[in-house]
Amino acid sequence: MARMKFVSDAERCIECNGCVTACKNEHEVPWGVNRRRVVTLNDGVPGEKSISVACMHCSDAPCMAVCPVNCFYRTEEGVVLHDKDVCIGCGYCSYACPFGAPQFPSQGTFGVRGKMDKCTFCAGGPEANGSQAEFEKYGRNRLAEGKLPACAEQCSTKALIAGDGDVVADIFRNRVVQRGKGAEVWGWGTAYGSRQAGQPPVAGAKS
Amino acid sequence: MMRLLCTLAALAALAACGDKPQTLAGSKRDAPAFEGTTNPFNAPGWKAGDKNAWEQQLKSRTQQGQNEYTRVN
Repeated sequence: MARMKFVSDAERCIECNGCVTACKNEHEVPWGVNRRRVVTLNDGVPGEKSISVACMHCSDAPCMAVCPVNCFYRTEEGVVLHDKDVCIGCGYCSYACPFGAPQFPSQGTFGVRGKMDKCTFCAGGPEANGSQAEFEKYGRNRLAEGKLPACAEQCSTKALIAGDGDVVADIFRNRVVQRGKGAEVWGWGTAYGSRQAGQPPVAGAKS
Repeated sequence: MMRLLCTLAALAALAACGDKPQTLAGSKRDAPAFEGTTNPFNAPGWKAGDKNAWEQQLKSRTQQGQNEYTRVN
């Protein structure tokens, strides 16, 4: 098996935030912590694009490199996880991560920054798989249940795909080849009928 | 004899120079996902502990759940 990866398709994401809600519900994530969020570029402008962002489970993760207490570890499937019993909440990983994945719950009278929390690819943590202790610290361990991350599985437009990197890349590549480019992406030719839909472009014609 | 005494003395004197590794072990004790869970929410179709079955389960789930081209076309 290759590494577990997320792919977010900007042509399909409709900014419904279903992935964010599914994640919060599945793992009972506390207020103020968003393991996943939808980012929209050129919001409100025609042609805006949205993508769903969380921990990308980097193959060469900068959070792992900067952690002073070495609380991160990588599973055999390439999922980057961390041990909250070791984490000291220093926030270095937050500065190192280019995706803003590490989150810090703010609790108590003075809003003390707690231990880091992030997307686990629904793979839990170092506690026993599926145990209550694991759930309370890291959320559900869906991978050990033979399932994929909740955010991707519930995505209504299948903009967010998760799974084995090879399989996910194959699905995405096939999708891009099938849907073509420009107006073809939206399926207008399929919906309303078009002579040129699905036909190779005429030489010299503008697309 | 003298050489042996010198060696022993050197060993005793330099004993404190030995440095135990101080690297944090972190947490690498996580059980692999294919071992499954004990809760009743495991997806049917694969046997816990069988790595190949688990991988196939995830692959088929990815294809069936996230690749609509296999269903539509």
